[in-house]
Amino acid sequence: MTITEKILARAAGKQKLSPDDVVFAKVDKVMMHDVSGPGVIKVFSEWEKKGVKLDHIWNPDSVWVTEDHFVPAADRVSAENVIALSNFTKKYGINKHFKYGLGQYGICHTLSHEEALVLPGEVYVGGDSHTNTTGAMGTFAAGLGHTDVAYVLMNGQIWFRVPETLLFKIEGNKPAHIMAKDIILQIIGDIGTDGANYKAMQFAGSVVKNLIMEERLTLTNMTTEAGAKNGIIEPDETTNAYLRERTDAKYSPMNGDVDAHYSEVFTYEIEKLEPTVAKPFSPSNISAARELQGTELDKAYIGSCTGAKLEDLREAAKILKGKKVKIRTEVLPAAQSIYMKALNEGLINIFMEAGAVVGPPTCGACCGAHMGVLGKGEVCISTTNRNFPGRMGHVESKTYLASPLVVAASAVKGKITDPRDVKN
Amino acid sequence: MKRTLRGKVHKYDKDNIDTDVILPGPYLKIHDHKELAKHAMEGIDPKFPEKVSEGDFLVTGNNFGCGSSREHAPIALSQTGIKAILSPSFARIFYRNAVDGGYLLPIEIDGSTVKKISDKDELEINLAQNRITNITKNEQYPMKPFPELIARIVESGGLMNYKPA
Repeated sequence: MTITEKILARAAGKQKLSPDDVVFAKVDKVMMHDVSGPGVIKVFSEWEKKGVKLDHIWNPDSVWVTEDHFVPAADRVSAENVIALSNFTKKYGINKHFKYGLGQYGICHTLSHEEALVLPGEVYVGGDSHTNTTGAMGTFAAGLGHTDVAYVLMNGQIWFRVPETLLFKIEGNKPAHIMAKDIILQIIGDIGTDGANYKAMQFAGSVVKNLIMEERLTLTNMTTEAGAKNGIIEPDETTNAYLRERTDAKYSPMNGDVDAHYSEVFTYEIEKLEPTVAKPFSPSNISAARELQGTELDKAYIGSCTGAKLEDLREAAKILKGKKVKIRTEVLPAAQSIYMKALNEGLINIFMEAGAVVGPPTCGACCGAHMGVLGKGEVCISTTNRNFPGRMGHVESKTYLASPLVVAASAVKGKITDPRDVKN
Repeated sequence: MKRTLRGKVHKYDKDNIDTDVILPGPYLKIHDHKELAKHAMEGIDPKFPEKVSEGDFLVTGNNFGCGSSREHAPIALSQTGIKAILSPSFARIFYRNAVDGGYLLPIEIDGSTVKKISDKDELEINLAQNRITNITKNEQYPMKPFPELIARIVESGGLMNYKPA
């Protein structure tokens, strides 16, 4: 069995599972935020109206809650959603509620690893499609809607169809100008936005083995854009070392069997990859950055669970150090802790001296919600994960997706630029 | 869930219609279902809610509902009156939200069937026999049966009402 099949089998109490089996699996951790949370609360109140007594949930210690999409409160409705979340977590004794302006907070997928809220071998579900991100820790991590999250809160389990696994082996020595973002954009370009529908995407090979945890998380994060049920990387010493810095919690990791069956195996030689950009209006619509060289831009955005982890900020700062941006540039670290680390490393100084504005952690403009949305006709290059029509603002705005290196290089030139074409 | 559904087709013959188009991001803070319906499909056809009558169907290309996990998408569509979506494939979270929330039916049909169905055709969907009748064109098409568990959740009217055997 693959790692995905083994984790699900353990959680379903089965000796063996195969793709297409449908099982109820026990859940170890569940997450909701200020968009999915109010939906969950609505489901709870509807059942209470029907006379069902809901005075406790399955396991408050397995639940965590973030405020990330519409914070700092975008308007009155957003503020009230956050109030409703606080009332809910208080009522049900959920202590892991990360509130903005009260210490550590940030984008849910970033907190999942930064705070070691989820561990290898676990089944983790969240009310957000990019829950896949956390699979880089050797976890089965999948996104759900709010009815499913409410069901998990009440019952501690949920149904899954066991996915077949696509294995992506990335081999070679990674050049400095290539980031995990380039790898995953190339893969999505090759297999399409439905290329992994209902399937697991597993990453391996010498490049993945040598990637630091935050870069691995970029790979699994965007498996969502290929339609995958989950993205996953087998846990190893890198995983353990990352977790040791953050938690002393014990965990039971899983690895796939030597004779595991993969429905397809794709091999990439990293030396052949180029800094890659996904053009409007699909993450699969890719070109090499150099092929788009000179494309005029209005804005550069460095933010989101995909592209504002500490490593993303470090890479962007390498390009921006001592330079000025030519277009509006916004940097929003993905969590308070990452913001502070970036501050202590001098990265925030570099961004601000370059002329960029640095904002608080939020999903914000990535999903077109608030705090930097695009107007009609505006063109943006972004470290985020989606560029569907209207994703970051007006339906006639355009978003190009790229690595933090490409976005920073493009900010310096005001046009789409390969990082190799910016002189130090 | 009724065993036979009858309604008019609204056809959007496009692949990868995503949740940012079905229910744009700025409305994610809204949780009033009727209010969400006003913005259904706003990214592709702002007049969509006015065109739909109770019981109608949506016919679309591959990978309908890709993108975010927002349950707002199937809620908004169902609140306009749409009772089933016919597509060769669905994005996984959209599919399970539609079924588990009991909002509408995601029905998988062949790509060739999508071509045969026209906008405004009148269809009858027989769930017991997994058969679609095009009343306007006097044609019949197969549909993919729901897997056993999904069929039971559909019968129950959603996951919350479903009692495991």
